Amino acid sequence: MDMGFTIKDIQAGLAKGHFTSEEIFKTYSDKIKKENKKLNAYLSVFENGQKGHYSASRGCCKLETENSTAMPLWGVPCAIKDNMLIEGTIATAGSKILENYISSYDSTVIKKLKKEGVSFLGKTNLDEFAMGTSTENSAFGPTKNPHDLTRVPGGSSGGSTASVAADLCVFALGSDTGGSVRQPASMCGVVGLKPTYGRVSRHGLIAMASSLDQIGPLTKNVYDAALVLNTISGQDVFDSTTVPKKVPDFTKNLNKDIRELKIGVPKEFFGEGLDKEVQDKIKSTISKLESLGTEIIEITLPNFEYALAVYYIIVPCEVSANLSRFDGIRYGHSSKTAKNLLDTYLESRSEGFGAEPKRRIMLGAYALSSGYYDAYYLKAQKTRALVKKDFDEAFKKVDIIVGPTAPHAAFKLGEKVSDPLSLYLEDIYTVPVNLTGLPGISIPCGNGATSGMPIGFQIIGQSFDEETLLRVSYQLEQALK
Amino acid sequence: MVFFNIVITEKEVRHIASLARIKISEKEEKSLKKDLSSILEYIEKLNKVDTTGVEPLYQTTGLVNSMRPDESRGEFEMNDELDKKLIGQAPHKENRFVKVKSVLSHK
Repeated sequence: MDMGFTIKDIQAGLAKGHFTSEEIFKTYSDKIKKENKKLNAYLSVFENGQKGHYSASRGCCKLETENSTAMPLWGVPCAIKDNMLIEGTIATAGSKILENYISSYDSTVIKKLKKEGVSFLGKTNLDEFAMGTSTENSAFGPTKNPHDLTRVPGGSSGGSTASVAADLCVFALGSDTGGSVRQPASMCGVVGLKPTYGRVSRHGLIAMASSLDQIGPLTKNVYDAALVLNTISGQDVFDSTTVPKKVPDFTKNLNKDIRELKIGVPKEFFGEGLDKEVQDKIKSTISKLESLGTEIIEITLPNFEYALAVYYIIVPCEVSANLSRFDGIRYGHSSKTAKNLLDTYLESRSEGFGAEPKRRIMLGAYALSSGYYDAYYLKAQKTRALVKKDFDEAFKKVDIIVGPTAPHAAFKLGEKVSDPLSLYLEDIYTVPVNLTGLPGISIPCGNGATSGMPIGFQIIGQSFDEETLLRVSYQLEQALK
Repeated sequence: MVFFNIVITEKEVRHIASLARIKISEKEEKSLKKDLSSILEYIEKLNKVDTTGVEPLYQTTGLVNSMRPDESRGEFEMNDELDKKLIGQAPHKENRFVKVKSVLSHK
C-alpha cells in the first residue's frame, strides 16, 4: 500500500515550492471526501484546517520557504482522534451522548500543535469513549481496515490509524489506555507510539481510565513519531500527572549505535493464543535485531498472565467514576421523556451510552461497591505492583523488551462483537505496558503468511527513555526495508 | 481471605444498574448478566496471586503532591462569551442558568 507523504516529504515539498500549505491541505481534504465513505475513518472534517497553520502563518509567513526545519510540523495536515478537544468543534468520543457536544477549549496537545502551525483535517472515529479493540463499538459505525475492507482496523484509535494507513492524513493522534494506539497500528501496518505515562498532557482528552490514558502519535515511520513526540511532550499545569522532565530532541540520536544494547524477549509472550503467522514474523524480526549486533536475552515476566485481569478491574473502576459526569444536565444528551431528576440521570445515560460503556460502568460500580473494594480494586492494584516489579527486574538485565503487539492480524468485521471477553484478549501484550506506565511502540514488520495482513512488532522501553526506544525502532525499521 | 462472587444474579444486575444510574431493559439485564459473569470469571484468576505485604500501585510517575502556585492559570475569562460556551451546552436552560428538574418533590 502506498503510504503517501511523510512529514519530511511535506517539509521538502513546501521548501521547494512544489505546493503551498493551502494546496496540500486541499489535496488531502479532497481525497478524504472521495475515500472516507468506504473507510469511515473521519467523523467530521474541517474546511479551513481549524486555523492551525493559518494563525501560525500570520506570525511567520516566510517559514514556508526559508525555515521549515525550525518548525518541522508547519503546514502538515493531520487527523485527531475524536476524544480530544479542538475549541469550537464537535467532539463526540464516538458516543451518542456527546453527539452535539462543542469543545469549549483546546486540549494541550492541540494547543501545542497549533503553535507549531499544524493544520487539522478532521476528527477520527473510535470505539465509544475509546473502549474497544476494533472500532466496532463506535456509535457512528465501524471503521474499515484500508488493507482489506472486510476487516477491522483495530482500536480504539481505528479512525486515526486507518487515516494514516490510507494516506488520508500525514500523521494522526490517538490515545492509548491499554493498547489503543499500538494495536491498531499493528493491524494497519503503521507506526504507533505510546509515550511514558506523564510525558504528554491529557488535558482536553476525554478521560477513560485516568491512571492509564496517554496520548500518542500514529505515523508512517519512526522518524515522524519522534518529530510529533517532540511537539506534544512536556509538563503542563493543566495535568498534574505530567512530570517536570526536560524533553530531549527525540530525532537527534536515532542513528546512534545500538550494538551495545541488550534486548529482552519475555518467554511468556510466546504462549497460548499467539497466531503462528504472528509468531513467525516476530521471531524473524528478533533475528533481524540480532543481526544488527544487539544481544538477545530471554527474560521472564512471571505475573504477565495476570495483567489483563488487573486491567479489566482498574479500567471499569476508573470508567465508572469518570463517566459519572454524564448526567444529562450540564451538557450532552438529555432524555426528553424524563419526569423527575432521577429519571433524567437514568434515562439520559441509558439512551446515550452504548453497550460497552454500560458494561464497564456497571462492572466498575460493582467492583467499587461496598464490600467488594478490597477483593477487586485493591487486589488489582497490588497485583499491578507485582507486574511492575517484573519489568523493573527485567530492565536490570536488558535495555529494551520486544515481542508481538497483538496476538493476531486484523480480524473480520463482526467476527468477535458478540463476545466482549474475546475482544479484551486483543490487548494482552499491550496492557502490561500501560499498567507499568512504560513507553511502547508498534512498528510494522511485514505481512502474515496466512492472512496477508500487516503484523506489528512491539518494542517496550524504560520509563522516560523514549530516546532508546525510538533509536532501536528506527534502526530496525531501516533494516526491515 | 479474598472472595469472588463470580455468578451475578439478575437482582444484582438491577442493583448495580441503579448504582450506576443507568436504566436497563429486560433484554439488557439478561445480556449484562451473561457478560459481567464471564468477565468476572476471567478476573477470578487474580485469586491465585499472593499479594501478602504488597503495597498497591495506584500510579506510575512517582510524583507526590504535585503542586502549582495558587494563581490563575489564565485559561478563561469570565464574560458573556464564556457563559454562552458553557451554559449554552446545557440541554435545558433559561437565560444564564442551567435548568434542572426539582430536587425535592412536593406532595
